[in-house]
Amino acid sequence: MNTIDNALEPSGETTGLGHVLQPGKIDVSHGTILYVDDISVSFDGFKALNGLTLVLDAGELRCVIGPNGAGKTTMMDVITGKTRPDSGTAFLGQTLDLTRLTEHEIARLGIGRKFQKPTVFEAHSVFENLELAMKSDKGVWHSLFARLDSADTDRIAAMLERIGLKAQAGRPAGMLSHGQKQWLEIGMLLMQDPQVLLLDEPVAGMTDEETARTAELLQSLAGRHTIVVVEHDMEFVASIARKVTVLHEGRVLAEGPMDLIQNDERVIEVYLGR
Amino acid sequence: MAVFAAIVFVAIPLLRLAVPPDHPLHVSDYYLLLLGKFMCYAMVALAMDLIWGYAGILSLGHGLFFALGGYSMGMYLMREIGTEGQYGSHLPDYMVFLDWKEFPWYWAGSEYFALAVLKVLLVPGLLAFVFGWFAFRSRIKGVYFSIITQALTFAFMLLFFRNDTGFGGNNGFTDFKRILGFSLAEPGTKAALMATTGLFLLLALLACRYIVSSKFGRVLAAIRDAESRTMFCGYNTRHYKLFVWVFSAVLCGIAGALYVPQVGIINPGEMSPANSIEIAIWTAVGGRGTLIGAAAGAGIVNGAKSWFTMAFPEFWLYFLGALFIVVTLYLPRGLAGLFARRRDAA
Repeated sequence: MNTIDNALEPSGETTGLGHVLQPGKIDVSHGTILYVDDISVSFDGFKALNGLTLVLDAGELRCVIGPNGAGKTTMMDVITGKTRPDSGTAFLGQTLDLTRLTEHEIARLGIGRKFQKPTVFEAHSVFENLELAMKSDKGVWHSLFARLDSADTDRIAAMLERIGLKAQAGRPAGMLSHGQKQWLEIGMLLMQDPQVLLLDEPVAGMTDEETARTAELLQSLAGRHTIVVVEHDMEFVASIARKVTVLHEGRVLAEGPMDLIQNDERVIEVYLGR
Repeated sequence: MAVFAAIVFVAIPLLRLAVPPDHPLHVSDYYLLLLGKFMCYAMVALAMDLIWGYAGILSLGHGLFFALGGYSMGMYLMREIGTEGQYGSHLPDYMVFLDWKEFPWYWAGSEYFALAVLKVLLVPGLLAFVFGWFAFRSRIKGVYFSIITQALTFAFMLLFFRNDTGFGGNNGFTDFKRILGFSLAEPGTKAALMATTGLFLLLALLACRYIVSSKFGRVLAAIRDAESRTMFCGYNTRHYKLFVWVFSAVLCGIAGALYVPQVGIINPGEMSPANSIEIAIWTAVGGRGTLIGAAAGAGIVNGAKSWFTMAFPEFWLYFLGALFIVVTLYLPRGLAGLFARRRDAA
């Protein structure tokens, strides 16, 4: 009898016997949300990832840096289901094997991804971009008969406010500036209510002021979301990072707080330059 | 739209049936047929615009779905001939000629109109489903997809050209006598078929407009512009593409089924690759992503074709090619784009 009662409790709740697993729910009972374990990927003999292992705690803000070709984007491709690894596993929470799921399934589970080049729906208005991204039933039938209710429009309005695009709501997203597109894309990710946010160069092409505002936004999101930022802008990384991972040749070279990383001999050798 | 309905459902049939043939306002069978044909083409253009203009999938094989709908209806029309064929047999003439003694198994039930209607929907729909299932699963896109659809319609054309396939070989089906007991030679039947086509065109336009203005339509356009972003938003883009692909094919099938009783013939020529390319040209000329523009494009290009092939028969294809180039270079949004620009300027 006791076990049946426990099954109704939310995942992650501990009992005397441990906790009950719920299918499709992210189980962060051990405090870890993403395990990337010994992943290798090669393209025509080139090892893009070579035994990469990365562990992220729930609510953490992590920066990933590394020279070109270190495997940063491939790592994101594996986590989001775009690329299948040759070996190794990637788990979301304790139970969800990402290497067996497709892109849209992973997105629905709560991993949002921003591309290196800002990718928004250029022909759609800013409002519609957020509407399409919003967490809801994304099946064909539902979309054919879907109507926005007032709670939905409120959510979209709140997000427009938050990303500073309220005045642009009705404009086609293609007309936005580069920095505004970056913000819109981040807004679209947030509309999905994600657990994990993967951001590939979120401040590329932004002005100093926009960069500072983005840093502020990401700081405010940490804690509620787990955030992984891939970035080249060291100043930006220094301004937000609590923990930094350095990738080199498809594996982790160093990991730790920013000031330690900056003084690491090997990191200076391959990346920061003397 | 009300004007369109008034013309197609009231004015034209009246002018054909109630006005005497020597009166200047009399509509002859020729123009009645032309209008009916153009409306079938307009439906095909709508179907094309839905997948090309909105979902960004260029099919160069839509003539196949049109022809399959036409053949499905044609089988029924062949059975309606009864024993009035040249050889007086219950079999179609070409089967007698091939010395067949009975209908092949896949002709079973073809004498029932209801079954014919079902086949008009299911045959193109199923083929599109199976083809789309594999093509979209393999993530075949862009020009590769277009080429494969072109090859598909070509392969079916070769299959239907064979006498042994049982669909009349290169002559196809013709010499139809009646539909649902009504003689196809009667002006009343012709006017009714034309009006029915108009009704279906109107319904198709409304259905397409509903689809593109729903959230589904916005997802389609999102797939067209940034498919991977759409996937990372949690949409299973394969299902969306498959749905609109099958819907588009079924629409073509209905158009084909309405076309055959009016024109009085269906043969494998309808599956020729050039026919399917022409469909894409209608849509491009009228304006992609506008629905009404594509439908109008079908009428305009075919109107030009009717006139050209009478006035300068050898130059039609040159004209068609030139038209396509001009539209591609100077009118990326087609003739509909021209009107929209004028409205913006005003």
